[in-house]
Amino acid sequence: MTHAYEVSRFLAGLMLLASFSLLCQDRLAAVLNTFAAQAVLLSMAVGWEAWTQDRPHLFITAALALGLKAIIIPVALRRMVDRLGLTRGVDKVVGVGSTLMIGLALTSLALLLVLRVTASAESFTREGLALALAIVLLGLLMMITRRSVVTQIVGFMSLENGLILAATGARGMPLVVEISVAFSVLIALLVFGVFVFDIHDRFEGVGVEAIERVRGDRE
Amino acid sequence: MRLRLDPLAAFFGLIVNIGVAAASVYGLGLDRDHELSPRVEPLFPAFAAAMNLVLIADDVYSFLFFWELMSLSSWALVVARHDDPANRHAGHVYLVMAAIGTMALLLAFAGLAGGAGDLAFASLRAAPRAPYVAGLVLVAALVGAGSKAGLAPLHAWLPLAHPAAPSHVSALMSGVMTKVAIYAVIRIIFDLLGAPAWWWSLPLLALGAATAALGLLYALFDNDLKRVLAYSTVENIGVIFVALGLALAFRATGLEGSAAVALAAGLLHALNHSWFKSLLFLGAGAVLHATGKRDFDGLGGMIHNMPKTAAFWLVGAMSIAALPPFNGFVSEWLLFQAVLTGPSFPVPVLRFLSPVVGALLALAAALAAACFVRAFGVAFLGRPRDPATANAHEAPRAQLIAMGALAALCLAGGLFGGVIVQIIKPILVAFAGAALPGMDAGPTPFSLVAFSAARSTYDAPTVAAFLLASGCLSTWCAHRLSSRRTRRAPAWDCGFPEPSPRTQYTASSFSQPLRRVYGGLLFGAVEKVDMPAPGDARPARLTVTLRDYLWEWFYRAPARAVSRVSLWLDRLQSLPMRDYLLMMSGALIALLLVAAGLS
Repeated sequence: MTHAYEVSRFLAGLMLLASFSLLCQDRLAAVLNTFAAQAVLLSMAVGWEAWTQDRPHLFITAALALGLKAIIIPVALRRMVDRLGLTRGVDKVVGVGSTLMIGLALTSLALLLVLRVTASAESFTREGLALALAIVLLGLLMMITRRSVVTQIVGFMSLENGLILAATGARGMPLVVEISVAFSVLIALLVFGVFVFDIHDRFEGVGVEAIERVRGDRE
Repeated sequence: MRLRLDPLAAFFGLIVNIGVAAASVYGLGLDRDHELSPRVEPLFPAFAAAMNLVLIADDVYSFLFFWELMSLSSWALVVARHDDPANRHAGHVYLVMAAIGTMALLLAFAGLAGGAGDLAFASLRAAPRAPYVAGLVLVAALVGAGSKAGLAPLHAWLPLAHPAAPSHVSALMSGVMTKVAIYAVIRIIFDLLGAPAWWWSLPLLALGAATAALGLLYALFDNDLKRVLAYSTVENIGVIFVALGLALAFRATGLEGSAAVALAAGLLHALNHSWFKSLLFLGAGAVLHATGKRDFDGLGGMIHNMPKTAAFWLVGAMSIAALPPFNGFVSEWLLFQAVLTGPSFPVPVLRFLSPVVGALLALAAALAAACFVRAFGVAFLGRPRDPATANAHEAPRAQLIAMGALAALCLAGGLFGGVIVQIIKPILVAFAGAALPGMDAGPTPFSLVAFSAARSTYDAPTVAAFLLASGCLSTWCAHRLSSRRTRRAPAWDCGFPEPSPRTQYTASSFSQPLRRVYGGLLFGAVEKVDMPAPGDARPARLTVTLRDYLWEWFYRAPARAVSRVSLWLDRLQSLPMRDYLLMMSGALIALLLVAAGLS
């Protein structure tokens, strides 16, 4: 039984590593590859949960994660980058070094918090929950510190990965929730995609500044 | 929902429903096509019903609900003529003040109920509370009910909103709705808050006395008939608050007899004011309808075209100026009886404060007389200042009946004040701990005795009989000893043969001496004379500018601060997306830190 938890904790740790790695990529292609890798790790983690906890319906979630997030969305985003001729580099607001330092601080906050708050709970799931929270916070950090629309989409979905990890770690979460989460990611992608094309058609640029120009905020 | 009718509610119900009846009869005489509209007709009964329901509410929920219904229906009546921007402004100020007032009342009831959660008045009475909570409830109740009644400095909406409504609604708002607010003050402070402490009376006395004096100074310097009446309402509310404050102080220091006199003065003044203020507003409405004018500069000589209205208005003006034998005198007399027992206070602060309050009340009484001499003299006497005024017609019969009934009530209230004091005996015993001496204590059946027959008796029928007899005698003598012939001669015109009615004494000229005395300090009055150069034929002009300091400090300054803060907050509406994300995650992380720190 302890083996099962160690493996799932290992996979969650790898996902956290992928989140950190997302934060220090310089190229959009590398960002998308790393995200795909994180999605593969997620599907493995969810699949492992399904196997060890004998909850076969979690395989559906694992398959959704693998198919949608590891393959379809990264491919779609890469084609978008190619077709629109976006800059291949990642436009940063905060430098890689400081981003990583903030990320470390957030991770330690997550660990500290979850371990303290859940001190009385079952000991095996606590670390998993802490790692999931750290992934969520790092996804937020990525959305804040990276400027281009593609990196914001990726940050959002990596945040979503953390959520699904936390949801599958907890027992008794019904499947309905997971499917709806997966669909919400897809819908978000569609919305973002439409936005991106629309912005490109009108303003020939996919910086968030273009959205601000649409709203007429900054002259 | 709990409803209950106790003597206090019944007394105020009398005030409300006499006012409503008079205003309704007056309304029969209104011009269906021009003065009544679908904006007024359905709301008038709603307003009247809401005022009645406030009085019989017996729990917090229904009280606040009906209170708000009363505010909103009267607001809708104020903005019934919203095509005039001044009315829209009045409605706006009123709505803001009503919202603040209801919020304060909500806080007051929250303090009364404490954490118990039972909102019936009976359990509010029984709930124990700390002295500082009682103090906070007192302040909140004064803000909440005081803003509706017109207690300075929360009065500013009143002279805007009361004149803006149709005249019979003005009469209800000024004569009756302010009394519902007085009822709320008595209900909360005298009834629900429990045994009083002497310092509770300090805000009532100080604010009441200041309101009384200030309200009349405003009235004296204003040139709009209906606004003068509204400012005079502010003054009368101040008088009632002083009476309530005295009753509270006497009650708390164990002087129940004086407390009964002060409370009787307050209740009686509330009743009397509802009669003569309704009468005056209805008369002003008749004048407004006949001439289309509210401004003193356009009125004048109304007594020739509207003799009956003028006679009724004169009765109202004499009552409000507290002249015997009318009803205003009775309540003011009782109030001064209470003030005169001030030296028996065991608390030094109250002993020193009561003469000051008495002096301010005396000032207010004198100013009230001046104010209504000015109002009646300028509007009804002299010659018309405007052609429209010269062709005015007498009010319709229904309106005359309403005004006549109120005038009769003013006289009856003056003659039989002693009877009314006996009728309100249960209220006095319940809230002051004592009652006034009975009907048999005085020398004649209808005399009013405050403490004892030897010390303080007002024998109204005798006084009235004396006034009548001496008046008839002097009239008879004057007619007998001089020529009976009525002569008409040109008015004295200061030696300048200009026949224009503009050369008459105006409302501004009348108030100039008082303005010279009080205007500089309290209103920052500046008089500027524009004197033409020698040889220039244009007339010289005197312009007077007054500043309303209360408006500037208590209304405009906070309004400016609020708009500055909201402008600053408005920038949050248009930040880049990343900043919103940053704020959200900042909030999330802060909450996580709090959670980590707490566990």
